[in-house]
Amino acid sequence: MNSLYSELQWLPRPKPDFSESLKALAASDDSLGPEMRALASYALDLNQLTKLGKAVSKARKEGKSLDPLVPLRLAVLSNSTIDMTLPALVASAARHGIALEVIQPSYDQIAQEALTPGSTVNSSNPDAVLLAMDYRALPLKLSLGNAEAASATVQGALGYLQTLRNGIKANSNAVCIFQSFAPPPESLFGSLDRALPGTLRYLLDEINRELAAMIRASGDVLFDVAFLAETVGLAEWHNPQLWNLGKFAFSDELIPLYGDHLARILAAIRGKSRKVLVLDLDNTIWGGVIGDDGLEGIKIAQGDARGEAHLAVQRLALDLASRGIVLAISSKNTDEVAREPFLKHPEMLLRLDHIAVFQANWNDKASNLKAIAEELSLGIDSLVLLDDNPVERGLVRKLLPQVAVPELPEDPAYYARTLAAAGYFEAVAFVDEDLKRAGFYQDNARRADLLKQMSGVDAYLESLEMTITFLPFDGPGRARITQLINKSNQYNLTTRRYTEPEVEEAEHDPNVFTLQVRLADTFGDNGMISVVICRPGEPEVWEIDTWLMSCRVLGRKVEHMVLREILQHARSAGIRKLKGVYRPTDRNKLVVDHYAKLGFTKVAEEESGLTFWELLVEGAYPESAPMKLVSQGFAAAAERVPA
Amino acid sequence: MDEAPIYARLTEIFHDVFDEDSIRVTPVLSAHDVDGWDSLTHIRLILTVEKAFKIKFTTSEIGKLENVGDLVALIKTRASRSTLGILPAPLENSR
Repeated sequence: MNSLYSELQWLPRPKPDFSESLKALAASDDSLGPEMRALASYALDLNQLTKLGKAVSKARKEGKSLDPLVPLRLAVLSNSTIDMTLPALVASAARHGIALEVIQPSYDQIAQEALTPGSTVNSSNPDAVLLAMDYRALPLKLSLGNAEAASATVQGALGYLQTLRNGIKANSNAVCIFQSFAPPPESLFGSLDRALPGTLRYLLDEINRELAAMIRASGDVLFDVAFLAETVGLAEWHNPQLWNLGKFAFSDELIPLYGDHLARILAAIRGKSRKVLVLDLDNTIWGGVIGDDGLEGIKIAQGDARGEAHLAVQRLALDLASRGIVLAISSKNTDEVAREPFLKHPEMLLRLDHIAVFQANWNDKASNLKAIAEELSLGIDSLVLLDDNPVERGLVRKLLPQVAVPELPEDPAYYARTLAAAGYFEAVAFVDEDLKRAGFYQDNARRADLLKQMSGVDAYLESLEMTITFLPFDGPGRARITQLINKSNQYNLTTRRYTEPEVEEAEHDPNVFTLQVRLADTFGDNGMISVVICRPGEPEVWEIDTWLMSCRVLGRKVEHMVLREILQHARSAGIRKLKGVYRPTDRNKLVVDHYAKLGFTKVAEEESGLTFWELLVEGAYPESAPMKLVSQGFAAAAERVPA
Repeated sequence: MDEAPIYARLTEIFHDVFDEDSIRVTPVLSAHDVDGWDSLTHIRLILTVEKAFKIKFTTSEIGKLENVGDLVALIKTRASRSTLGILPAPLENSR
């Protein structure tokens, strides 16, 4: 078995005292979340994962705080025995920042659970439902050489899956996570199986493709188990002895890998995936040391085996940038020396304009990583550091455990594969904003430069020629709205997370006022940067349930414009008072004075730091900011489009 | 083959699998004596033993095990046929 995958080799090996540390932790009353996550961040085997998962579940049941792990309730429907997998899954989820609660109904009751309104699954109010089904759960009949019958079988299977989905949607409105189906390695004809309609391989190929299309259209989530099984090998994945003994759908040795992959998806649903790849330079993106070997001495050439290994790292970084991952450099080097290959080496794929933040100096890497996160206005836990030096890796893990730092093998040929295998940048959707994101951050750096040259902030804002656009929630914006709701941590008053179905519900509810805000300026389109949800409270009162903003547009007085817009609609709806609340987390200090700055009055404060605010609509006219305003998609009376 | 090191190793494995350090592993120990030794944990136990001793049991061998004595006898037969080392590395490094 390929140990990179089966042993999760991007994670450090567990310490010999794992069991003792876990016991000590379980007995203590300290904040368990960070410690549990730290223990989970090693390459644990099934027994270790089981122990940790049980400890997490026990702590949750005893009402102990698991902050800052984000809670998620997952119901699992399966045609196989998953009991051995579930504790491992809880531990894997902790590794990815999720406090997972698993709801498990009786064995092999998939249809009953999905379709009955009051079933265990549907009545448990799950955030997501995993359909952990393998091919043996499908109504499949071989029809060798008969294309028509094969197509009917495929449609039958898809219809079954669709029915389950509709049942879950109607009865619990949870996000559905479907698994693709790993074909067994036993073939009937041999290679012909792939081509001949009606063989098992043919049927599963078709079902997997159609399932993927169905999911793209519906907004559900795909867990590509077929790809995972192929990556490790179908003969390793399927274990006939374990199926016969206990109806295990796949090999016990791959449970840690399965758990980690599913946990990445859960983390992505909650917006906890990483956003930034920080690259070391010497012996990471090129072979050799630029300060010693010079421009001619470093290895990045095509045709040189070692050079090609490092080029593969650059290519992967570039591909990640093209899907919206931000690139940064952290290197112990003299700045001009470090920049030279980017400017002058003909074989370099990465150029300076791909890099949002370039930190080459002699400070320690932990300080540099903090500076990178600050410059990008992103949390430390958005960063991944790729570094060939085990000492630097160890240091960063110790000082900044929130940063993901993959272990790397000795041979650089496997660097790119190891980084990809770690799956730090898992996504469940891909929207236009993702494509533009890397550009945003570079634009921001330029905006910051401009700010330094301008005398006053207002003059600067004026020069940006901003256009702010207000729309209610709508279909085209829904995926991005959901993404913002689930990943905004800093400029977020309440940090309430909603799934896409819940967002859609708010969209259609006539009593709920919703706002999606876009901002464009002379440097480009920032896309959607703010989301507001107001729910009806007492008569003539709106309670601001959600108010969040992307930190990219901090300091532009966007929040003032948003409040003006809310007030405008409140007036037309006959609302007298707005009520706001600030719910503190360890990430949203930034907005502790948000309501005070906007002229709200504090009416109550709890010991936890929770504060309550009110603003009378009459007479409230917050200051305006120099930007063009477009407001559309609301009831006709409220629309305003500039001449 | 001496049984003492097998028992020593099994003791480590039992403590790990059942997460209980007070279990005393003796020949007569069976599922009746240990909390949480259900059919699923039994499979996890067997899989851990297989990995630790680098051996594989057949389905019918797994079905026939009544107590730890049976398990040790089976490990002895298997290990004597195995070309791999008789005694594996300590648990924490066995991966």
